[in-house]
Amino acid sequence: MPAAAETNTMRRTEAGRAGGDVRSDLHVSFEERGSDGVAIELQSRVALYYGEVIRQQVRDVLRSLGVQHALVEIVDEGALPFVIGARIEAAVRRAGLGQAKSALPEALPLPAPSARDRLRRSRLYLPGNEPKYFINAGLHAPDAIILDLEDSVHHAEKDAARLLVRNALRAVDFGAAERMVRINQLPLGLADLAEIVPQAPDLILIPKVETAGQVSDVVGAIDSSAKRVGITRPIWLMPILESALGIENAFAIATASDRIAGITIGLEDYSADLGVARTPEGAESLYARQRVVNAAHAARVQAIDSVYSDVADAEGLLRWGQASRAMGFEGMGCLHPIQIETIHRSFAPTASELEKALAIVAAYDDAQARGMGVVSLGSKMIDAPVVQRALKVVARAKQMGVATEQRAPSGEES
Amino acid sequence: MSATVATAGLVTNAAGRRVPTTVNDREQPPYQGVDGHRPKGHKAAPPIRSNSDYPTNGNKRVPDLETALRLCELRDGMTISSHHHLRNGDRVALTALQTAARMGAKDLVWFPSASFPCHEPVIELMKSGAVHHIEGSMNGPLGDYCSHGDMRGLGVLRSHGGRWQAVQDGEVHIDIAVIAAPTADVFGNADGSHGKSACGSLGFALADSVYADRVIVVTDNLVSFPCVPWQIQGNNVDFVVEVDSIGDPALIVSGTTQITRSPDRLRISELVARFLRDSGIMRDRFSFQAGAGGIALAFVDYLARMMKAANVKASFVRGGSTKYLVDMLNEGLIGHILDGQTFDLDAVRSIASDPRHIATSPFTSYNFHGKGNFASMVDAAVLGATEVDINFNANVVTHSDGRLLHGIGGWQNCLFAGCTILAVPSFRDRIPVIVDEVTTMTGPGELIDVIATERGIAINPLRQDLLDAVKGKDLPIRTIEEIKAEVEKICGGKPAKPRLLEHPVAVVKWVDGTVLDTVWQVADENPFAPKVSGGE
Repeated sequence: MPAAAETNTMRRTEAGRAGGDVRSDLHVSFEERGSDGVAIELQSRVALYYGEVIRQQVRDVLRSLGVQHALVEIVDEGALPFVIGARIEAAVRRAGLGQAKSALPEALPLPAPSARDRLRRSRLYLPGNEPKYFINAGLHAPDAIILDLEDSVHHAEKDAARLLVRNALRAVDFGAAERMVRINQLPLGLADLAEIVPQAPDLILIPKVETAGQVSDVVGAIDSSAKRVGITRPIWLMPILESALGIENAFAIATASDRIAGITIGLEDYSADLGVARTPEGAESLYARQRVVNAAHAARVQAIDSVYSDVADAEGLLRWGQASRAMGFEGMGCLHPIQIETIHRSFAPTASELEKALAIVAAYDDAQARGMGVVSLGSKMIDAPVVQRALKVVARAKQMGVATEQRAPSGEES
Repeated sequence: MSATVATAGLVTNAAGRRVPTTVNDREQPPYQGVDGHRPKGHKAAPPIRSNSDYPTNGNKRVPDLETALRLCELRDGMTISSHHHLRNGDRVALTALQTAARMGAKDLVWFPSASFPCHEPVIELMKSGAVHHIEGSMNGPLGDYCSHGDMRGLGVLRSHGGRWQAVQDGEVHIDIAVIAAPTADVFGNADGSHGKSACGSLGFALADSVYADRVIVVTDNLVSFPCVPWQIQGNNVDFVVEVDSIGDPALIVSGTTQITRSPDRLRISELVARFLRDSGIMRDRFSFQAGAGGIALAFVDYLARMMKAANVKASFVRGGSTKYLVDMLNEGLIGHILDGQTFDLDAVRSIASDPRHIATSPFTSYNFHGKGNFASMVDAAVLGATEVDINFNANVVTHSDGRLLHGIGGWQNCLFAGCTILAVPSFRDRIPVIVDEVTTMTGPGELIDVIATERGIAINPLRQDLLDAVKGKDLPIRTIEEIKAEVEKICGGKPAKPRLLEHPVAVVKWVDGTVLDTVWQVADENPFAPKVSGGE
């Protein structure tokens, strides 16, 4: 983070990007001055349509941050208001001003709180400092979006991304997607949480977790921040295990807090930790993935797989997803919206699987109704675990919107 | 010819738009509704020629373009036409105009079937007085020049079909047609699908070859007689000129265009394909039209997969042809490609070798004065737009700031399809595409059936049949007002209207030759406006 300017030196600070192929962002250059109010120099591709609106927003943001006299130069590439606000605030804060203040955009109504065991088949990563991907992410209907403050954000932009993500949580409609944020490792992550938690994200992804203690630290930071602003709805946690040590401690981490909804694995870092190459088949990470699945199930939390990096390879993704589901994972990350539909398909029960499960559930209901302890289908006795699995398959299929009406039994069908 | 801009009176036409009644010294009827205008009388005709005035050995070759223009009796004020099949790689149209200027001609009217950024130097010819004005699409630098009121005459924007209509009505008389030909023989037979500068179809040059007083074929691939197929018949041609190069092959056709990876564009494309499937329009023996833009290509890709899954075959496809259509033809998913423009190398190879891939012209596809046309026989057309309003009127010729951006192309003509779908993002870089009223009306809303955006699909309330057809289907059907309200919320309110001066710089013709709308001079510089590329 840029060092705060000394109070008696006027210094020019900047934030955001413009030029080249930049879209939906802007570059702000900010300089406090001693008098003469706020002067704004605006170059914008939307100046004819929103020039006055933008100038007014600049004045409003500066007022909220307690800045009275300043020169602001903006090159705007069609940034939306929540982006403009975040960039100006970043530039002001980089000048060491507006510290205990903020300029929050108008907030949309909060979506309903998310359930601990909700569907998390697909989690779409959105680089936290790239606003152009935010606005329509929800339209692609992933189960979750991840506003990423960690690996996708350059170290020098952590402060700006944090404000942008904060504003997005308030002002962007992500539809039915669960609103997740991947914070940085502590201690940097503490600053992330201070900005993010007041906006009631649904889930925090904690990167590079190796011990249960790291989870507790995050829980403590969330709790104190949530308490301060009066947030009572749940903020779930998903630790990411990305090292050999993290994998070894999987169960301890998965049980570190009752706030944990699932644990997941980061295969790029894990392979690097082992000093091996990551392959499409994934033999090098088989043990780690199985270990995560086992630990998650033992802890009664969701096991979530890594991402599939080759965005152009839909068939490879489908195979990976199906294999992942067969191992016991409930979902995976995605890097591009184009992967979402394939991932949902790969994590859905197959037609025959569902049909079998429905038949078993029907037999189970029948046995219950007749007060029978033993469930049988035709001449076959069904074991209790098989019934449990069938119930789970049907429940998941319902959540996924797959039709779960049992088809009328028919001798014609094979 | 004298400058006539804005001296004539303005009337309000049937679309409620103020339009001039006189355009470049000619009286022009205002728009009278989609089907309101029926010119009477006889079509214009070229002058009578006799074969005894042409070489009996068929050799019409002359040494260079200057000789050809001199033999065509080039004079001040003449109308010179060109076609745009060479797109941004074209070297012939500009060379012809520059040659005419060097020969001392003044006040020429350039009548291209479309212009491209490569034609920017025509601005110099307008400044020097050699070219008076352009009747044809203007974009990029030419569009800016006209939008700022710097052109002496009014620009006249016509659809591909409307260009043919204007020639047949006698509204435009072509004195000299200069036809760039990727292959030709000395008799003037010409073909677009072979040669190093192959571009596929030559359909846009067909009217010019038939109706112009004089016709010059310019080729960089002179073959021995006969050049077959003769898309342009040598019997209409006066002179043949051989040159080293008619254009830059890399800019004439592209390599295979990759399908967009923009998630929003993919979503729009998929929604359009799903709409066609779920509304029942995608059924065996149906037909569709699609272009070569990013959304159109992705749409074709999605549709092909859905057709395969449903075991449905299309009888024909009209289009700008691309590899994606050619693949469908080869897989048996479509019966014929009726090709108006050939966009990539795969399509050029296909049109040269596959009898099911047929070169068409605006006469067969679009002409208002034809006894029917193909465009109206198509079940569904997928098109773009720069703006759409809540009455489903759409704009393709200007940006929201009023600057000329794009020609009409076949866009207006395609509105007559059974179901016209505009596939557009709901906003671009904070500029709403769905607005209260379009800046320039290019197509009346009564012909526009569906607006497909990333935020949902709006069906024109006039199409109750389509609303019924998708009832209960898994499609995000919304009203256009809902989508507009959501976009304004995201963008931070309604956009301000740019100031336009009370000074027409161009008119938009409807397909029947009436004046649909006026393009006004822009008042403010918009130096940070998005850069525009591309053609037509």
